[in-house]
Amino acid sequence: MSKKVLMKGNEAFSEAAIRGGCRYYFGYPITPQNEVPEYMSRELPKRGGYFIQAESEISAVNMAYGAGAAGGRVFITSSSPGIALMQEGFSFLCSAEVPTVILNVARGGPGIGTIQPSQADYFQATRGGGNGDYMIPVFAPSSIQEGVDLVYEAMELSDKWQNPIYILTDGILGQMMEPVVLPDQVPFVDSKDIRKHKPWAITGYGDDDSKKNVVKSLRLAAEELEKHIQSLFAKYEKAEKELVRVETIDIEDADVVIVAFGTMARIAKEAIELLAEQNIKAGLLRPISLRPFPYEAFNKISNRTKVIISAELSMGQMMQDVKLGVNNRFPIKLLNRTGGMIPTPLEIAERTKKIFEEIGG
Amino acid sequence: MKSKMFFAGLGGQGIMLMGQMVASAAIHEDKETTFLPSYGPEMRGGTANCTVIVSDKPISSPQISESDCVVAMTLPSMLKFEPTLKPGGILLINSSLIHQSAKRTDIDIFEVPASDLAAELGNSRVANMVMLGAFARTTNIVSSAELEKVIRETFGSKGDDLVQLNLKAFNLWNP
Repeated sequence: MSKKVLMKGNEAFSEAAIRGGCRYYFGYPITPQNEVPEYMSRELPKRGGYFIQAESEISAVNMAYGAGAAGGRVFITSSSPGIALMQEGFSFLCSAEVPTVILNVARGGPGIGTIQPSQADYFQATRGGGNGDYMIPVFAPSSIQEGVDLVYEAMELSDKWQNPIYILTDGILGQMMEPVVLPDQVPFVDSKDIRKHKPWAITGYGDDDSKKNVVKSLRLAAEELEKHIQSLFAKYEKAEKELVRVETIDIEDADVVIVAFGTMARIAKEAIELLAEQNIKAGLLRPISLRPFPYEAFNKISNRTKVIISAELSMGQMMQDVKLGVNNRFPIKLLNRTGGMIPTPLEIAERTKKIFEEIGG
Repeated sequence: MKSKMFFAGLGGQGIMLMGQMVASAAIHEDKETTFLPSYGPEMRGGTANCTVIVSDKPISSPQISESDCVVAMTLPSMLKFEPTLKPGGILLINSSLIHQSAKRTDIDIFEVPASDLAAELGNSRVANMVMLGAFARTTNIVSSAELEKVIRETFGSKGDDLVQLNLKAFNLWNP
């Protein structure tokens, strides 16, 4: 373990990927994640890795498909509209069971939108825009340290589950600086040793047909495809049980429970302190995994709670999952800003108080 | 103890560097810190500002609505951030470029002719270090000694001349 250093989110996430064993990065510039390709282009070649600036995001994701199929540890990043372009590739990666770590440093949409931070890629990340039956686990860090730890771990998880792992952050976490402790370097796997770690990888079989591997997403026979999807979903079911993560603060005894993730959860935490000064007991339920969503954590909310607030930087996309978690036990209200606007802790506190009073608390 | 501050001015004045150096000094002092830059379609000569928080306890929101200290290097930045100061807060203004007085009477105001002092030193680019020294000695949010260490770390790779110039600028102005 190293000592605390001050790092920009984008650079810290890049370093975490390298330390997690990423040897291959493919990307295309887009604000607010440009420090990632900048950092990777500088650091990866020096440290035995490969950086390629693709001609587009579509190209970058397909380069990841190739390098991942060949057994490499791959990291690809973009921001919202760039991620939209990559989604066709995400579906292919899932079908072909190719590991890849994806980072979205999200910005305001729809369309080309703004470069300011946003959480309006919630549906895009958790439901996906690629075709077919597939699932990608999504984690949403709330600090640079948590982002570093998740990117680092995602390298391992992605190999373990032979599936992409998606880290959803936003412009604030990408651009801000915080002290971080960086994890130790995982040694790069030498190309000639890849088969030992990934027996399924395409590494060339020479004259030995028994070593022939095929990584593909085309399955023309419907019987074969159905069977494949069923096996994928058996895998997803196991993964979902293992990957659900949540942080809760005082939800067992709260007047109001705020549900928020990522940047919004940080701001909400401070709002909760402001509410306490006004004798309103607010709790926080912070999903760290957005998929699988921590539905069961909602069962710990006590019956004395009057209202659940879904606090988001979107028009209420996460609220759909909050409804499933709440299961009609409490009323749910949306507290949001969108389009790149960020509320202050004071704004969240005041709006929460108003909602609480209107509900008769 | 939690101190919230804005550093503001023009792109090219070294505003972000001031904020980052305060955050680095805070880490040296084993404190928690966040540095949040404004980012946008910005450029040299455009507006630039950053939010820095230094605290004994973990920091949740990096975004603030009120401040304990504002460092304003230009008039538009003073006008924008003066209203965010809490009563008793500290406003440092670059009086070489700001020829207008601050309106508030419930705060402490220090007028520092940072750009002129830097020019007298022979390099107007170190106005930010003059201001950083003034910030350190008027607020005590982080110590001057730690900031001097950060100056050595930051400019060390660019030669001792630059370290000495920046240290000299840092120690130029006293309240």
